[in-house]
Amino acid sequence: MRVGVITFPGTLDDRDAARAVNVGGAEAVSLWHADADLKSVDAVILPGGFSYGDYLRCGAISRFAPVMNLVIEAAEKGMPVLGICNGFQVLCESHLLPGALTRNSDLHFLCRDQEIEITNTKTAWTSSYSVGQKIVIPLKNGEGSFQCDDKTLAQLEGEGRVIARYVGQNPNGSRNLIAGISNARGNVVGLMPHPEHAIDPLTGPTAQGLGFFTSILNAMVK
Amino acid sequence: MALDTVAIAQTTPEAIQPYAQLGLKPDEYARIRQILGRRPTSSELAMYSVMWSEHCSYKSSKVHLKQFGDKAPKSDALLVGIGENAGVVDVGQGYAVTFKIESHNHPSFVEPYQGAATGVGGIVRDILTMGARPVAVMDPLRFGPADAPDTRRVLPGIVAGVGGYGNCLGLPNIGGEVIFDETYAGNPLVNALCVGVMKHSDIKLAKAAGAGNLVVLYGAKTGGDGIGGVSVLASETFGAGGSTKRPSVQVGDPFVEKILIECSLEIFAEDLVVGIQDLGGAGLSCATSELASGGSGGMKVALDKVPLRDPSLSPEEILMSESQERMCAIVEPEKLARFLEICAKWDVTVTAIGEVTDGDRLVITWNDEIIVNVPPRTVAHEGPVYNRPMAQPAYIDDVNSQTVKVPIPNSAAEIKATVLQLAAAPNLADKSWVTSQYDKYVQGNTIQSQPDDSGMVRIDERTHLGVAISTDANANWSYLNPYQGAKLALAEAARNIATAGARPLAVTNCLNFGSPEDPGVMWQFAESVRGLADGCLEMGLPVTGGNVSFYNQTGAVAILPTPVIGVLGVIDDVRTRTPMSFESAGLDLYLLGDTYADLAGSEWAFMHGQRVGQSPTADLAREMRLIEVLLAGREEKIFSAAHDLSQGGLSAGLTEMVLRHSVGATITLADVGISLLSESPGRVIVAIETSKTDALSSLAAKYQITLSKLGTTGGDSLIINGAVISLNELCTAHTATFPKLFG
Amino acid sequence: MAKIVVDVMLKPEILDPQGNAVASALPRLGFTFATSVRQGKRFEIEVVGDPTPAQLAEVEKAAEVLLSNPVIENYVVRVEK
Repeated sequence: MRVGVITFPGTLDDRDAARAVNVGGAEAVSLWHADADLKSVDAVILPGGFSYGDYLRCGAISRFAPVMNLVIEAAEKGMPVLGICNGFQVLCESHLLPGALTRNSDLHFLCRDQEIEITNTKTAWTSSYSVGQKIVIPLKNGEGSFQCDDKTLAQLEGEGRVIARYVGQNPNGSRNLIAGISNARGNVVGLMPHPEHAIDPLTGPTAQGLGFFTSILNAMVK
Repeated sequence: MALDTVAIAQTTPEAIQPYAQLGLKPDEYARIRQILGRRPTSSELAMYSVMWSEHCSYKSSKVHLKQFGDKAPKSDALLVGIGENAGVVDVGQGYAVTFKIESHNHPSFVEPYQGAATGVGGIVRDILTMGARPVAVMDPLRFGPADAPDTRRVLPGIVAGVGGYGNCLGLPNIGGEVIFDETYAGNPLVNALCVGVMKHSDIKLAKAAGAGNLVVLYGAKTGGDGIGGVSVLASETFGAGGSTKRPSVQVGDPFVEKILIECSLEIFAEDLVVGIQDLGGAGLSCATSELASGGSGGMKVALDKVPLRDPSLSPEEILMSESQERMCAIVEPEKLARFLEICAKWDVTVTAIGEVTDGDRLVITWNDEIIVNVPPRTVAHEGPVYNRPMAQPAYIDDVNSQTVKVPIPNSAAEIKATVLQLAAAPNLADKSWVTSQYDKYVQGNTIQSQPDDSGMVRIDERTHLGVAISTDANANWSYLNPYQGAKLALAEAARNIATAGARPLAVTNCLNFGSPEDPGVMWQFAESVRGLADGCLEMGLPVTGGNVSFYNQTGAVAILPTPVIGVLGVIDDVRTRTPMSFESAGLDLYLLGDTYADLAGSEWAFMHGQRVGQSPTADLAREMRLIEVLLAGREEKIFSAAHDLSQGGLSAGLTEMVLRHSVGATITLADVGISLLSESPGRVIVAIETSKTDALSSLAAKYQITLSKLGTTGGDSLIINGAVISLNELCTAHTATFPKLFG
Repeated sequence: MAKIVVDVMLKPEILDPQGNAVASALPRLGFTFATSVRQGKRFEIEVVGDPTPAQLAEVEKAAEVLLSNPVIENYVVRVEK
């Protein structure tokens, strides 16, 4: 199966995401922000970075990239889409996911190995995990604090759409320790920490992030 | 102001010119008139003044720096040596690695965030200019006292600037230093290192060859950033009283730089450039004159074609502007269309501003009027050279004749208190508060980073080839003996590479000193260069390039002589590196090397306000044998862990090892106080399985390195001669310092 | 109740990467009106009652030492009813 990895100007983790896709067993396909063509991919990853320098608001300018119109359209039809870090921010700006990511509560960029608990394994990107499974993957961002209004929060919690939570002390002030969420259908997932940097203990803290990239194979088989 | 042209200059020889305000001395101005056979135009004066500043011309340091060439060891690894934007080293398998370190000290004091950010940006462009993809950065930093109010302004800004720019470029930050000393108050040191990787055939040089080829400027538009910044900022001490010049600060745009990197690499991959130069200090003045003198010398530039952010800039200001994120390429005319296409893809502004010409003159026009007509070598390479007076400062004999008087712990309570005090000292405390603001994971090739002895990145995912880099300086030793200090810093940086099992290959340096007009400072500088050149010759390591930063002083007080030495090494398989610490109990701990009562220049002496005594003497032959032990130990899989001892001695070394994976150790030491506190060079702690004892003994014997047993690993405490320090307690002491100081 | 407003803008000669990014995004969305965009910060400060000249002087001082970075930024203090 083919998994597209989008490069916006300022995207940084595109090669890492492509590597993780390939290690996970799918074929990574590069997509350029200005393309009006999804190259027949079966799923799309919006990787981390500082698209357009994160100026104005994180993800606010990328959301209008030509390729995003196609991604939004495909996502609404059920194509699996994973937004990691900056990609999560783009998905929120695109209104494929609710809420917004705001400045970390201590106002610093934070890069560290973070324990998270997987809380929903029914999405296209989390089926390789078990509910309650704890994994350690890198967290690295300056604006990772998930915020939304009370009604949205109640809806996310009520529908079980929180897919991962930070374990231990809240690293950035996210509401309800939210590290990742999905849309109602479960095909669109946004995640603040970086599973693509945890696919080999040689270069990451663990290989426990690989599950996101093997889950997508299960989603396609079904 | 009316346009000053060459034609006008020829007819108005008597015009009075502000050369002194631009930092030129009367004899330097006279020399310019002699070179040109007339008075310079105001644009030419701008170019000469900025290019002949200390920062660009190395006029005070050149006579000393040539030792790096004169004493260069024979090396097959060096592909490009001193003089280009950065040196290039062969690391095998067809790969070449380029690395360089530069200072951005003064701008970072004025505006910490932007100063540090543009420091990172500048060194990254230097590496890119060689044709390489930048793959990692490191940043040795030095500040005034940790608890000084100004440090609380400067440090968070600089750390955020290094992170803000480097993170946005997608470059992992794999190490550095954070050191405090009162002489750095008002003179923080921001040194930035970048390393890049390419194939041998991809190496690019700064030369404008081939008449008819185009001079193409691409990247950000030109604004009024840092006009005069180089010559004014770098040539004169500020803050020494009286009115200070407030320079126009350079602001960096890391997003544009990231685009510029990707765009340039695509251009290089299609082989579209003949030569390339980045625009850093001295902007277009530097880029055009260096490119022209790298070729046959002929170049014609239409300055009015330069895209401007601020249309009110005069030609002189355009020539001196230090707007960031700009590059200048030499492109064959038939390749221009493709060049423009790639720039369009990345939304990068690009303009052909001139062409390479026959002859040997750099001619710059403004609306068709000639405003510059110079031999470019006289601007770029044949500036003034000073053999400045130097004299051993009076303090040397004074401090060398004294001995360090500090309390030496002996009882269990004293040992525990000393270890905890050292663990919490700002120079030795956990630096996570700083390093957690840097992305170390991006690119997915980081094998080692802070707090490891060296940074290490994988450069080939298939073969697992990697490079390791360490930067080190011990300014306390350099203060006591600058010749030995430089050699010892070199040895330490090389050792920090070797503990992981990487073989040292090449050296870069960033030499931070006070005013060269002070004979004592000049002596410190000359001694440091002599020490480093001698050391590199003895260790067989070529110097590939470097940077000198003078005028780091407030009034009459200069910073400690701070030669920061970077060593790059290669490792054939990063998977087999020796880790810095142990993860399991039951291992035996040994010390490689000899411990003497070396307290002069130690952290313990510093903490007791004593900067006296004699620095250790570097024994580089022994250092090289120790490196062989470390390399062989890795290859023969003898070591479970290896960790260098430096500042803070055995006490700090053990603290770092036991806290890394929260596995304790039980240690027994003879002469416990000196053993814990001495900073004798050339020492490494290794952890081995008991079954490897004989292998280790014979290896140490073969290379004549003293081997002594320290103890065993395990438990949840560090126990030294019966003094029990729980890991919890030790961890709290080690990690609380920075958050407490900087929030 | 009156509000003291402090607008902090980069000095005109200082590069504004954020403003530039917005300026180049606008035409991509069909908005062609802008020749340049500069992005700044706005602080709203509430005080009890109408601000006194002494308070305004204090705010001016705070704007210089804390709210703005005088090396690269200008500020304007005004009262908004």
